[in-house]
Amino acid sequence: MTKAEYTDSHCANVLKGFVLPGLPHPLLKPEGRPAWQKLRQAYDKVAEEVEALSPDLILIYSTYWASILGHQIQALPNPKWTLVDDEWHDLGSIPYEFTTDVEFAKAYNEANLERGLQSRLTAYEGFPIDTGSVVCLKLLDPKNKFKSCIVSSNIYSDRAEQIILGKGARDALEKSGKKAVVISISSLSNRYSIVEPDACPDAISSKKDEEWNQKFLEFLSKGRLEDVSQLSRQFHREARVTKKVVNYKPFWWLASVMGETNAYHGEILEYQPVQGTGAAIVGLTATAQPAPDLEFDEDNVDVFQGDRNVLSGEEPATSPSFDDGAPT
Amino acid sequence: MKQKGQIVAGCMAPHPPHLVYGENPPQNEPKSECGWETLRWAYERLRESLSEIDYDVLLVQSPHWRTQIGTHFLGCPEFKSKSVDPIFPHLFRFNYDLKVDVELARAIHDRAYEKGMITKMMENPDFRIDYGTITSLHMTRPTWDKPVVGISSVGRSAYFSMDVMQEEMIKLGEATREAIEASGKRCVLLASHSLSHRHFITEPDVPEDMSQEHIYHHGQYLWDMKMIDLMKKGDVKTIFDVMTDFTEQTISECDGGGLMWMLSAMGMPTTPAKVHGYGTVIGTGNVVAEWRAQ
Repeated sequence: MTKAEYTDSHCANVLKGFVLPGLPHPLLKPEGRPAWQKLRQAYDKVAEEVEALSPDLILIYSTYWASILGHQIQALPNPKWTLVDDEWHDLGSIPYEFTTDVEFAKAYNEANLERGLQSRLTAYEGFPIDTGSVVCLKLLDPKNKFKSCIVSSNIYSDRAEQIILGKGARDALEKSGKKAVVISISSLSNRYSIVEPDACPDAISSKKDEEWNQKFLEFLSKGRLEDVSQLSRQFHREARVTKKVVNYKPFWWLASVMGETNAYHGEILEYQPVQGTGAAIVGLTATAQPAPDLEFDEDNVDVFQGDRNVLSGEEPATSPSFDDGAPT
Repeated sequence: MKQKGQIVAGCMAPHPPHLVYGENPPQNEPKSECGWETLRWAYERLRESLSEIDYDVLLVQSPHWRTQIGTHFLGCPEFKSKSVDPIFPHLFRFNYDLKVDVELARAIHDRAYEKGMITKMMENPDFRIDYGTITSLHMTRPTWDKPVVGISSVGRSAYFSMDVMQEEMIKLGEATREAIEASGKRCVLLASHSLSHRHFITEPDVPEDMSQEHIYHHGQYLWDMKMIDLMKKGDVKTIFDVMTDFTEQTISECDGGGLMWMLSAMGMPTTPAKVHGYGTVIGTGNVVAEWRAQ
C-alpha cells in the first residue's frame, strides 16, 4: 500500500480516496459475469485496504442519492432496512445495517451552513439509503466495523456548490481531527445498453463513452485528480445520459475534500462494463510528487454566493443557476 | 363467454407527497395542520365522481419507479411496508398494504413483450413501492380496497427524446387496452404525475404555510393552462403534438410517460376531460382530471 505524503494542498485527514461504482452486480451476483467477478475482486482489495487503514469513518458522496432541497446528510445512528433496487430487483435483496457517525454528520452540516450552503440532516427510520451507498458499505465494511457518513448529490447544484460541499467536509474533518477514507460513488459513463441483461454484450455501450472513460482513467492513473475535476463539465456532455442532473460532480467533490491538486498516486484497480456503463475502481493517495500537464482554469470558491452570471454582470444569483429550471 | 373488459376512466392523478401529508391519514407518520386544499379538494371531487362507477382494478404508472432496461410491472400478490420519500422524508413516511392484480399485470407484460417492448415482472417480495404510486393510489382510493397494477416509467425521454418516449408509451397503452379487454375487468387508469415541474429548492419552515405556495413562474403557468384547455376541449391530438415542447419548456413530469400511456390505452379519447382542480405544490403545476370511457 502506498504511503500518503501530504503537502499544503492536501487534506491530511484523508487517508485515501476512492472512486467506486454503485450498481449491485458485484455484490449480489459476482459469479454472473467475469466482469462483475473482477469488480468484486477489486472491491475486496479495497476492503482490505480500508481495514488496514482503520479510518475513524468512511465518508461517502453518492451520485445515487439525489436531493433537491439542498444537501442532505444521513444522520440516523443505525440505519437498518432491506434494499431492493428499482431496476435490478431480480438480483436479490440487500439487508443492511450501518453505523452512522452522527457527531461528524452534525459537524459536516454545520460546516456547510457556515459556508452558505443549504444543508440538513436526515434521520428517519426507513429512509431509503441509495443503492450505491449500500453496495459500497456492504462490500467495504461487511462486519460494520467502521462508522460512516453519507452525503447526497443535489441534482440542481453546479460546480461552485460541489466545491463548497467538499470544503465543508474538509472543514469538518480538520476540526474533528478524524481520519477518513473518502469515497465518490459513481459510474464513469452511465449509458446502459438497452437490451435484455442476458443479451447484453460485455462492452461499454458506445465507443465514444469508452474513449472518454479511457481518457479519465489515463489521467487518474497519473494521479491527475484536479485535471479530471476540471474536465467534468466536458465529460458530462460527452459520456453521461441525464437531463435533469446539472453536471457530473463526483470528482469536484472528491478533489475538493482531498485537495485540488494533481499530486496523487493513482491506481486503477479495475475497469469493467456493467450493462454497458463504465464501472471503475480507482484509488488515490496523496503524494508530494505532482503530475505534470496542469490544466487548471476554473476558479476556486470558498463561500457559496450563487453561481456566477458571467455575461450579464448582475449580482450573484440567490436562486438556482439557469440549468436548475429557472427562467432565463 | 367472458365479458369484454373495459377502461372505464383515466385520470391525471399527481403525486406530490404534500397532499397525503395535508390529508393526515393514519398510515402517514408526519402530521400537518392543513395545506394544498385546492388539490386535495380536487381529489375529493375525483373520488366522488369515481364512486358513480363500478370498477375492479386501479392501474398506475409512476415516474418515481424509474427503470432503464424496459418497462417493469409489480408481480407479487401483495406488498406491505413503509415508503419514505427520499426528497421529503419529513412529510411522507407512509405505511402501506396493497394487493396486486398479478394476472392482469402479467397479461399487459406479455402483450407489450409481443409488441417488441422490453418488459420484466418485478417478483421480489422485499421490493419497496415508490411514493408516487402510493400517493396517487391513496388520494384516489384511500380505502385501499381495490387491487392494483403498478407499472414503472422507462427512461426513454432522457436516453433519447420525448418523441421516442411517446412512441413507446403509445405501444404500452395499446398493450394495456388489449390485455384489459381480454381480462373482462373494468379498470381505472392513473397517470401519476404533475404538469409543469419546476421546483423551488427551498421550503418554508412550516411546509403547509400556504402564503408561500405559488407557481414557479408565469411561463410555466401559461403552459399548464394551455394543456388544461386542450384537455377540456378533448383535443388529445394537439396534446400529443405539443407534448415535446411542453415537457422541455416546463421540465414537465410528463417525461415519465403516464399521460401518453393513459390516453393511448383509452384509444385517444375525443371527449372533454372533467377537470376537478389545479394547484401548485412547491412551485410545480398539478391537475386532477378525469376522462370517462367513450
